[in-house]
Amino acid sequence: MTTRTDALPTQEMTINMGPQHPSTHGVLRVILTTDGEVVTRALPDVGYLHRALEKIGERVTYAQYMPFTDRLDYLAAMNCNCAWAWTVEKLAKIEVPERAEYLRVIVCELNRISSHLIAFGSYTADMGAFTPFLYAIRERERVNDLFEMLCGNRLTYNYARVGGVSGDAPPGFLEKTKEFLDYFEPKIDEYNNLISYNKIFVHRLANVAVIPAEDAVAYGLTGPNLRGSGVPFDLRKDEPYSVYPKFDFKVCVGTGERGTLGDCFDRYMVRINEMRESVKIVRQAVARIPDGPVRAKVPRLFKPPVGEVYFRSECPRGETGIYLISDGSVNPFRLKIRTGSFVTMSIFEKVTRGLMIADVVAVIGSFDIILPEIDR
Amino acid sequence: MEALALSLVHAVPPLAGVPLWTVTLLLMVVAAAVILVFALTFEGVGSLVLRKVAGDIQARIGPNRVGPNGILQFLADGVKLVLKEDIIPANADRLLFKLAPYFVFVGSFAAFVVVPFGVGLIAADLNIGIYYVMAVTSLVVIGVLLAGWASNNKWALLGGMRAAAQIVSYEIPVGMALIPAVLIAGSLSLQDIVRSQGGLLGIFGWNLFHNPFTFFSFFLYFTAAQAETNQTPFDLPEAESELVSGYNVEYSGIRFGLFFLAEFGDMFIVAALSTACFLGGWNVPFFHVGTLPWIWGNLLSLGVFLTKAFAMVLIMMWVRWTLPRLRVDQLMRMAWKYLVPLTFVNLLGVSLWLLVFRGKGIPGMIASLFG
Repeated sequence: MTTRTDALPTQEMTINMGPQHPSTHGVLRVILTTDGEVVTRALPDVGYLHRALEKIGERVTYAQYMPFTDRLDYLAAMNCNCAWAWTVEKLAKIEVPERAEYLRVIVCELNRISSHLIAFGSYTADMGAFTPFLYAIRERERVNDLFEMLCGNRLTYNYARVGGVSGDAPPGFLEKTKEFLDYFEPKIDEYNNLISYNKIFVHRLANVAVIPAEDAVAYGLTGPNLRGSGVPFDLRKDEPYSVYPKFDFKVCVGTGERGTLGDCFDRYMVRINEMRESVKIVRQAVARIPDGPVRAKVPRLFKPPVGEVYFRSECPRGETGIYLISDGSVNPFRLKIRTGSFVTMSIFEKVTRGLMIADVVAVIGSFDIILPEIDR
Repeated sequence: MEALALSLVHAVPPLAGVPLWTVTLLLMVVAAAVILVFALTFEGVGSLVLRKVAGDIQARIGPNRVGPNGILQFLADGVKLVLKEDIIPANADRLLFKLAPYFVFVGSFAAFVVVPFGVGLIAADLNIGIYYVMAVTSLVVIGVLLAGWASNNKWALLGGMRAAAQIVSYEIPVGMALIPAVLIAGSLSLQDIVRSQGGLLGIFGWNLFHNPFTFFSFFLYFTAAQAETNQTPFDLPEAESELVSGYNVEYSGIRFGLFFLAEFGDMFIVAALSTACFLGGWNVPFFHVGTLPWIWGNLLSLGVFLTKAFAMVLIMMWVRWTLPRLRVDQLMRMAWKYLVPLTFVNLLGVSLWLLVFRGKGIPGMIASLFG
């Protein structure tokens, strides 16, 4: 009697997820090798949105580069604007009026809120609940209105300037901001009631793609992705810049409240809690903003001294570090930008091994990547 | 149908010379046409309502361009779907690719035949009504699987496989959760099941309130049926954010339209079955519709039935726009580890109840206490 020893021959399937896919948050391509629904390998392929932003930096003046930083992370253009301004100011040692710094902090934190709103909303949409996404958009719209009031733009703001900001806050802006905060703060609880602690949602996120703290540090994760693993590292606290030391806020870290520390749910919750902290910062800034000029005197043909500088700031998607070499001419000699999303992608392959296809979507969403930042 | 034809022949003298089978056939065609028109209207209006409800829930307006307040949007959508180019991918299995939408559509549409719309409004009061519904809706899984396979697209294939696994798994709890209604009525015919919930107890005559187990089995049925018809939170086969749309990703034009219509058809069938089996069907509370003249009795019962069914559809839409989606392993675990055992235990409970209390429900016992 013979027994069949050969099982039904099976074969792994290679699927292209992206560059056109609703859940890769842009033109990310993930090459999935799957065994049925289980992913054996997910290899991210980046570069579809490369615009040579760093090379362009060598051809334009310091002031002209400001609009390009809008395109670095279009969901948090204010943070990128300010990062560039802070870098150049650090290089040229320019004193910025305090009112300008306060305005920068206000817009940065408002933009962090709107960016985290998109992160939260698109994440829930990735998980199949489309409604919270539109609630997030509804609130983000109010932030956009505020920014429109301030600088006329709703997505690419080009608001910061070397030495200050493009213009003072128009009358009524601070009151409107306060109104928005009062309106927005209860909404965070609404989100938590609606979706964050929804059983299905928690089951989808908890214990998925756990990144232990050592791994998170070793792979150079920053921002909410690092803090989601329980590492309380926030440049606003640990390497304070601008007027951040004057504000009272706490660094949100993952607690593993619904699963393991460092899972998708922790990274998600860090963003939700950070919105609350941002509200706190903006409240304090609006209350204490001093009067005065909003722009330091910077010559029109601005030439910083010869030298190099590295400045990093806490953007919504992690640390944005700008390395700048100046040869004393009107344009930078070399510009290198380190972004949170790009570095985060390095751990992607490791954490997605053995997950399901639906989990890959959950991981991409929990990293809150944005493609222009990855490809620059 | 034959009996109806016979009475028609008797009632209308000029028909006396016509063979009976022609009259029967004619009646069948008319009934089919009426049902088709109803189903298509429901599906069209349903898609509009779905989008309006979605708009309301999601703090936006929804369609408002075609006709006053956008109420003609579904016509525009329909015309668009019909006129669009019908693309068949170069490497698709052309025969299966063309066949798949019909399986899905027929599977969903054929179930309308036994839906008891009113006291006398049913296309065919089959004595195996529920069994028939379960059987024809199984056709859907074949169509979905064919669509996934024939498209020659890996995402579609994944969607098709998910759908096959899901629909086959959830058919068991769906069937098991419906059996209590069959047990109480002592019949598989949907009309008998509805009639068994009539009487003067009002809404307490409904199977929903018959005993604790039937109350529970309504929710079991509703959950499992949501999964069987691929509604959120169980819409994995067409998970937009994962599979880009699943099995129907390569379909366009009216072929896609057929999948789309079938989805709404399924939605209505689930609502209709839960209405008929648990919510009293077309019974008007505290009132015998049968005593009214034929036309009024039917209109009244039709209104009652549709109100209940549409309320269920609205609940399904509400769920759809609120909940996130399960993962495929969680879905399977839910079916086999929770729903299947629960429905079995529940069925056992109902059977024991009927045995111990001789078929009486709690409201019935309370009513007999007070004479």
